[in-house]
Amino acid sequence: MHFSEPLPLQSGASLADYTLVYETYGTLNADRSNAVLVCHALNASHHVAGSYEGKPKSEGWWNNMVGPGKALDTDRFFVIGVNNLGSCFGSTGPMHNNPATGKPYGASFPVVTVEDWVHAQARLADRLGIQKFAAVMGGSLGGMQALAWSMLYPSRIAHSLVIASTPKLSAQNIAFNDVARQAILTDPEYHDGDFYAHGVVPKRGLRVARMIGHITYLSDDDMAEKFGRDLRNADYQFGYGVDFEIESYLRYQGEKFSEYFDANTYLLITKVLDYFDPARAHDGNLDAALANTEAEFLVVSFTTDWRFAPERSREIVQALVNNQRRVTYAEIDAPHGHDAFLLDDARYMGVVRAYYDKVWRQLGQGAATVLGEAA
Amino acid sequence: MIMPSISGLRADLALIAHWVAPHARVLDLGCGDGEMLAYLQQKKQCNGYGVEIDDDKIPRCVERDVHVIQQNIEEGLAMFADDAFDTVLCLSALQMMKHVEPVLRDITRVGREAIVSFPNFAYWPHRLSLMLGRMPVSESLPFEWYDTPNLRCATISDFEDLAREVGLEVVDFVALSEEGNPVSFLPHWRGSLAVFRLRKQ
Repeated sequence: MHFSEPLPLQSGASLADYTLVYETYGTLNADRSNAVLVCHALNASHHVAGSYEGKPKSEGWWNNMVGPGKALDTDRFFVIGVNNLGSCFGSTGPMHNNPATGKPYGASFPVVTVEDWVHAQARLADRLGIQKFAAVMGGSLGGMQALAWSMLYPSRIAHSLVIASTPKLSAQNIAFNDVARQAILTDPEYHDGDFYAHGVVPKRGLRVARMIGHITYLSDDDMAEKFGRDLRNADYQFGYGVDFEIESYLRYQGEKFSEYFDANTYLLITKVLDYFDPARAHDGNLDAALANTEAEFLVVSFTTDWRFAPERSREIVQALVNNQRRVTYAEIDAPHGHDAFLLDDARYMGVVRAYYDKVWRQLGQGAATVLGEAA
Repeated sequence: MIMPSISGLRADLALIAHWVAPHARVLDLGCGDGEMLAYLQQKKQCNGYGVEIDDDKIPRCVERDVHVIQQNIEEGLAMFADDAFDTVLCLSALQMMKHVEPVLRDITRVGREAIVSFPNFAYWPHRLSLMLGRMPVSESLPFEWYDTPNLRCATISDFEDLAREVGLEVVDFVALSEEGNPVSFLPHWRGSLAVFRLRKQ
């Protein structure tokens, strides 16, 4: 969907003209009350669920969560997946032409924030005729968007589902992000972000960035279990090629990633992560930041997630409790680290399913009240 | 004491609900599947949170529209501010704590009132069991000594001492039979479950 009214950004810059790509699943009901917005994390897209026709391998990134009969049931809810600004899956981003110059934005694409994304998503909701979301949901960076929605548009969201997320990145999180950025920025083929004109891709940088990211998504135990010290060959190679299975795996992941992901987008989205800190405008007081929220919350964390550890989620819960907000918190003892939010786990899916059953019941109750009043 | 008859709610819970003021802010420690809080929310317009550690119980709470926070009570109630609640419930959970005293102090800190229940170890069949040389196994203590989740065994008098020690005053007390009915004659002997209503001194 194309937007021609300029979007003012937190940085002071603005985007004159932009496109948001989105997908929907299920049917919007007559009173437009059953819409759920699903927000993506660093490297995902608007393609949340299902597969494209004739492409069985094109499963959406949250296909285990979203679909007919699933925890977020598209037979009940109208689910929207939207690709955020600056991403590389169709919405306006660094690889698109800057209308002012006629050349790709590259590194000059304005650095956006979670809040900017949420404002853009709200405009999309306006266009789709959705005044209030039944829920906004996301994991990791997506959870930050769900949280930001509750603060920026308190009356436009009934439920906020914040999964494997954090109210702000730690110094360690930022450090990992900067190592990833440096890998890209120092790749000779990055060309200050204008690599498109040179017909090259800073693949080496992207590969290393992805390898670092991937390490932080897995738990130590999970990695030990999957790979241990298993060797690719019968014995050590006494060189700098691939000895261990984990090396092979990470290099493969890095290679695959570098073939489809945009380097400028990676830089941009890691900055989006780094900048998120809603308490900053309130002298670091998260209670104050969440004081105007009206939504009900489900916060979920995973015990082995050391990227956004349960302590970070508990900070969110504590601030909500201090504001006497309606919040449920589940801490899932899953072994898969940060990635657990994308994986099947009966306890995790059970909580989310029960939560959406409740959201659904509340929609029904709301409709009944209206009927009762009319009678 | 005349108890209101409440269909569908366990007898001990019904009695305890009677002690919670309408519209109270309630924290239910070890809330299980949220039965008590759901009842208080519906019938007495209370609100608040449950705390529960068991994975299986969390979706059950959500189903009942009880707001539950999954955590181990013994890791402390740092999540909750001083005097954040009118009433803190800790029903048949305290005896499972390794560190009872800090938990009771935390309860005192976050609530104005507390309602605490636990199996009375001095219930006469338990005394008889011990006299016959066996650890008691009963409806209120249904486990063998080697697999019981009940780490702490206390009598009514024992608990009164600790409550006083942490700054709680006993406002009300009732002993319940195994069927959940109040026992007024020889409660220290005939009560299977001890229920205390406590207030900060």
